[in-house]
Amino acid sequence: MSAVPAPTRKLRVATTSLAGCFGCHMSFLDIDEHLFELVELIEFDRSPLTDIKEVGPCDIGLIEGGVCNAENVHVLRAFRRQCKTLIALGACAVNGGLPAQRNHLSLSECLREVYQFRPGLENGQIPNDPELPLPLDKVRPIHEVVRIDYFLPGCPPSGPAIWKFLTDLIAGRTPRLTGGLLHYD
Amino acid sequence: MKQFLLDGQPVPFEDGQSILEAARQAGHYIPSLCWHKDFPAHGSCKLCIVKAAGRHVSACATPAKEGWEVESATPEMNGERRALLQMLFVEGNHFCPSCEKSGNCELQALGYEYEMLTSRFRHFYPDRPVDASHPDVLLDFNRCIFCELCVRASRDVDGKAVFALTGRGINKHLVVNAESGRLGDTDFSKNDLAARICPVGVILHKGPGFAVPIGERTYDGQTIREQKLKEES
Repeated sequence: MSAVPAPTRKLRVATTSLAGCFGCHMSFLDIDEHLFELVELIEFDRSPLTDIKEVGPCDIGLIEGGVCNAENVHVLRAFRRQCKTLIALGACAVNGGLPAQRNHLSLSECLREVYQFRPGLENGQIPNDPELPLPLDKVRPIHEVVRIDYFLPGCPPSGPAIWKFLTDLIAGRTPRLTGGLLHYD
Repeated sequence: MKQFLLDGQPVPFEDGQSILEAARQAGHYIPSLCWHKDFPAHGSCKLCIVKAAGRHVSACATPAKEGWEVESATPEMNGERRALLQMLFVEGNHFCPSCEKSGNCELQALGYEYEMLTSRFRHFYPDRPVDASHPDVLLDFNRCIFCELCVRASRDVDGKAVFALTGRGINKHLVVNAESGRLGDTDFSKNDLAARICPVGVILHKGPGFAVPIGERTYDGQTIREQKLKEES
C-alpha cells in the first residue's frame, strides 16, 4: 500500500454505531499497525473509541448500522450536520442489513414476544420509560434519512478495504474498491 | 463470414444469431442474468443492454446485423447496468450476509463486476413466506429476480411445469403449480434441472449449508466475466 502524503492539518474523524453490531468498528481496528500511520493523519472526534459525547465539526463521519430507533435518527442527523463527508460503513448502513429482516414482522408482536411472552419471564411487560428511544416500525438504511457521500459495503468490510478506502479519501482520490476488496457478505 | 463491431472489435456471426450469442461465442463478455445458451432469449433482466444503431437494445433479443457498431463496455452502458442491478437489489430482500448463495450468486457477482457500492433507491422489503414443504429443497421467494429460468427448465427440460410467474407489475411473483401452492405437493426433485438453474438464492438445497469455505466459492477467486467466458468456451 502506497504511503499517504500528510495533509497540512490533521483531519477530524467521527464514528458511530447506530443499529450496528460494532463489527465494522472491529474491522476498522483490523487495519492493525496501520492505525499508527492513521493517527498521524487524523484525530478522532466523537466515536465509541473516544470519550467525546457530542459530535463536533468533522471532515469525515463513519456510520455503522442502519436506523432502527428515534435516537439513531437524531445521532445520524447530528453527524450529517457536522461532517463534510459522511460514509455508510457496512451492510447495515448501506441497506439495513440483517436487522432489516424484522421489517416483515409487526413491531408490537416482536416486543410482546420478547418482553411479555418469552418463557421464564415473570410479570413481563414492554419497557415504557421515556428515557428509552422508541423503535421505528421498520429498520432503514441511513441513505433513506440523510444524504450519504460514500458507501463502503461488506458485513463487515475487511480491514484492507477500510484502509484502502480511507487512504484514497485522505489523499484526495475518489475511493475505489477493486481486486476482491468489494464484497457484500 | 458476416461480422459486426463490438466496442471496436470484429465479431463474426451467422444469420439469426443474437448480438449476445455471437459475442459470447467469440469470447467477448456481455453480462446477463436471464439468458441461458440452452434456452430462447427471455429479455427480462436487461443486463445485456447495448447500444446498437444509436438505440439501447437487449443484446440477447436483437439479431446481429452486418457492419453494426455495437457499444457495450462503455461508461454509459455500464451505468445503465449498475442502475438495473440496484433496482433488482431494492425490489427483493438481498441480505447477502445471511444468504447461502453468497459467493455463488450471479446477481451479487454482477454487483461486484460493475462496482455497485449501494442499492441507492428506497428498499421495498417484500414479504413473501418461505416454502420449506419439500423434503430436499426450500424456496425463498424474496430473492427472486423473475428470470424464469426455473420455469423454463421445469417445463421444457424436466417436463414437469412446477413453477410459474403470476401477478402484474410489482406484484409479479413466482408460484408453485400445485393445488396447495406448496413445493412439497409437486413431483419436483432435487435432481431436476430446475433445482440447479437459479442464478440467485431462491431455490436452495436442504441439508449441509455453507459447505464451501470463503475463498473457494465460485466468484471468490474469479469474476463473473472470467467464469462465464470459461463456461462457454
